[in-house]
Parts: sequence; structure tokens; C-alpha cells
Amino acid sequence: MPTVIFIEPDGTEFPIAVKSGTTARDAAVNNGVPGIDGDCGGECACATCHVHVDAAWIDRTGMAEPGGMEDNLLQFAEGSTENSRLACQIAMTDDLDGLTLRIPDGQH
Amino acid sequence: MTTDTLVRDPVSTVPLSQIDVSDPKLFQNDTIGSYFARLRREDPVHYCPESAYGPYWSITKFNDIMQVEVNHQTFSSEAKIGGIAIQDMQTGESALELEMFIAMDPPKHDAQRKAVSPAVAPSNLVLLEPIIRERAGLILDSLPIGEEIDWVDTVSVELTTMTLATLFDFPWEERRRLTRWSDVATATPETGVVSSWEQRREELLECAYYFKDLWDKRINEPAKSDLISMMAHAPATRDMPFLEFLGNLMLLIVGGNDTTRNSISGGVLALNQNPAEYRKLMADPGLIPKMIPEIIRWQTPLTHMRRTALMDAEIGGKKIKKGDKVVMWYLSGNRDDEVIDRPNEFIIDRPNSRHHLSFGFGVHRCMGNRVAELQLRIIWEEVLKRFSKVEIVGAPERTLSNFIRGFTHLPVKLHAH
Repeated sequence: MPTVIFIEPDGTEFPIAVKSGTTARDAAVNNGVPGIDGDCGGECACATCHVHVDAAWIDRTGMAEPGGMEDNLLQFAEGSTENSRLACQIAMTDDLDGLTLRIPDGQH
Repeated sequence: MTTDTLVRDPVSTVPLSQIDVSDPKLFQNDTIGSYFARLRREDPVHYCPESAYGPYWSITKFNDIMQVEVNHQTFSSEAKIGGIAIQDMQTGESALELEMFIAMDPPKHDAQRKAVSPAVAPSNLVLLEPIIRERAGLILDSLPIGEEIDWVDTVSVELTTMTLATLFDFPWEERRRLTRWSDVATATPETGVVSSWEQRREELLECAYYFKDLWDKRINEPAKSDLISMMAHAPATRDMPFLEFLGNLMLLIVGGNDTTRNSISGGVLALNQNPAEYRKLMADPGLIPKMIPEIIRWQTPLTHMRRTALMDAEIGGKKIKKGDKVVMWYLSGNRDDEVIDRPNEFIIDRPNSRHHLSFGFGVHRCMGNRVAELQLRIIWEEVLKRFSKVEIVGAPERTLSNFIRGFTHLPVKLHAH
């Protein structure tokens, strides 16, 4: 069971162990992580699960595909950076065990 | 209801091909729900060959709507080929050809939206919250207890107008002009709000010149966090052609006005129709943040958005042809029991209440959704502090429109704690 760690803007950490294949969005929503609403249900359609991938992990998660829907939506998300991803588009694997995702300030 | 009318119940017996859900009267008398229920059951992607708006497809199921929402490459919002409502955007001499980013496709849409979205981003809203709360308190404190008042005009319109004036830093004493312009922008001559397209054009031009003055002042002042100043200073918007400026203004005015206004009224009606939920709320005001998305789903203040197919496509097994008008009925999708558990019930602590269609999805998802939620949260927090009940004491009157789902009149009586 890989663990994904969400870090709130105030530094609070939420480590969550999930089954391989679970998205980081589902991990957050099912465990009540503040700031990850996931309004669209994980369909890559609303940008309410915006996270900043910790610099040490961005090579392994990859970036949003340029010009794709995720990239389109991230353009309008507040505080978007080049390490921004939508958590619904990151499926957890053993390779991502320990993945650290920061929740942007002001999200919700 | 007599047996005779049951037998002749038009909703269950009319041939599917004759169902036309675009008739504004069905929304005004609130009978539209049974038509949508039948379409979801029997013909969820429905073709209406003839209507006042020409032929159109109705998309009535939540997941089918989602599929259209996220595919902006196929389903266009572009004004020049029809725009975003079942009524085509007006063209020709009597109309103003307004350009606004809600009715543009990427990439132009993206640049303009990015320029104004910081005004309604959560970090800016934190600054607005105390102002909106203070103003909401002033409105509520001025209301008489125990007398019949119109909730629409005295509270819903007043609060949303105040918020909009705050967002624009609009001259305070003249703020009701914003309300009028919002009503005019969504009006057609048949609604009675304006008597002709020419009158609509004149009033909107007046609005445009009024804002042009504000713009001219603010462009010469240091940049501030109001919407006009932001548009006047942002590279993506500061050289905007006049009609595009007007279009985006109207978008912000209508987007920030009609919608939230009607959700504020709709919440009062929903709680009155569901007294057990009202009691639950009074017992635990901490439920307000969960209740707000449920009110927005329940009300669905915009009944639909429309797209135009840029190429042949398939939805729910039906072949959509290039050029076809495709109407996504949010009001129907928000009652789809395949996605929403017990959709016809108003449940203030519904799990997963944020999963609704009222804000749309994809790149055109409502930019002001956090402002809307903020206003609704504040108004309910302040109402609960002051009144033990907002009681409906007469029949609500609904808006004659197939686009705006709202109220023109909602008589209530306030009860003190």
C-alpha cells in the first residue's frame, strides 16, 4: 500500500496509505483532507483537486500534458505553477510510495 | 386533480417526438421536472425537430452532460455560431454583437478568463468577506419582523447587487442600475422586461458608456483589486475592443447577479418545503457549508448551457451532426438518480453534495463559484443569528425563462428568536 502525503498551507501533514491504482484525489476526498474538494468526481473537469507536486517527485509523477484538459484547467487555478497537477490525474503506485503533494494556499 | 386530467396527463402520453422542453412557461409554472424525468427514462438524448429556437438536442443525463462539457474541441461555445444558450446570440442590426469569454473557445477564451479570474479567487475573497458580511447584516437588520415582505427584492436582489457593486467598486448609490442591466441583458421582448430588441440595445449601450467612464478613470489610477481596474490594467484585456469590453462586463454582471440571487431565494423555498431539514439546520448551524452546494444543486439557477457541434459526434448512442445545437439541461442532470442518490429530496447534509452540475464543468466552469458559495454561506449564517424562521406566506412567482431558473416574487414573514 503506497502512501501519499498531503501538506496543508499551514504545514499540517496528512499521510494516507491507499491501494495501488487509487488516485491521489480519491485518497484525499475519502479521508477528508481540507482543500481537496474534487467536485467533478475525479473526471478531470473542475480543478478543485489542484496540488503542487513536491520538487523531488515531479519526475516520477510527470507534468500535465501540455494542451490537454488537465493543463487547460490548471491555467485557471489560483496559484498554478509548473509543478501543478490535478490530484485526480495521479494514480498511486508502489513507485510513488511517499509522494508529497502540497495544497495551494487559498484553495477553498 | 380529477381522473379526467390524469387520463389526459400530457407529460406521459404525448409522443416523444412532440416533446419540446424549451417552452419558458414550463419553467414558470414549474412543471418542467416531469418532462425531464420522462426524457431521462425513455429518451435521454432527445431530438426536438421543431421549436421556437429551431431544432435542438436535449442532453438530460448527468454523465452525458459531463461528456459534452469536457469536449470543447467538438462542442463549441462560440458566439458567432450560436453561443451558449438555446436562443442563438442575436445578430443583425438591432442586436449588439457582444463578445464575452463564456462564448469563446480556447485559446482566446483562456487569455481573457485568466485576466479577470484573480478578482474572484479565494485569496481576494478573503478580503471581501468582512465587507459582504457587514452589508448582509445591514440588509437583514433593516427588515420588519412579522410583516409580509418580498424576499426577492428586499434580500436576494439587494445582497447580490451589493456584492457586485463591491466587486466592481461601483458607485454605491447607483448600484441598482447593475440589477437593471443584468435583467436587461438576459431579457428578450417576450419577457416584458424590455419592449423591443432596440430598447435592449439602448440600455446595454448606456451600461457600456457608464462602465467606460469608470474604466477611463481607473486606467489612469494605480491598479487595484476590483474587476474594472484589473481589466483596465491586465495585458490580456486592456486593449479590448469596445463590444468585447461590454460583453465581458455583461458576463460578470449577469454571472454575479441573476444566479446567486435565485439561489438565495430558492434556499428559503426549499427549507420551507422541507420543514424537517429546516429544523435540522436550526439545531446545527454548522451544517451551513454543507447545505450551500445542496441549495445550488436544488435550485440550478441556470437551467442549461448550449453548445454547437463542430463535427459529427455520438452521445448516448445518438448521432449528433456537425452544426447541431446541443442543449445540456443541468436542471435535469441534477435530478439524475444514476449519479445522485435520492435526487428529488432536499438533504442539507447530503454526502458528496458538491458533485452537481450547476456550475458546469470543463474550461467554462463557473468562474465565480466561490463568490456564490461565499454569499450564500454569509447570508444563511446571518439569517440564522437573527431569525428563528423565514416563513413563506404566499405563492412564489417564478421567472418566465428557459435559461434563468428564478423567482420574481417570494412573500415571506420573519420570526424573531
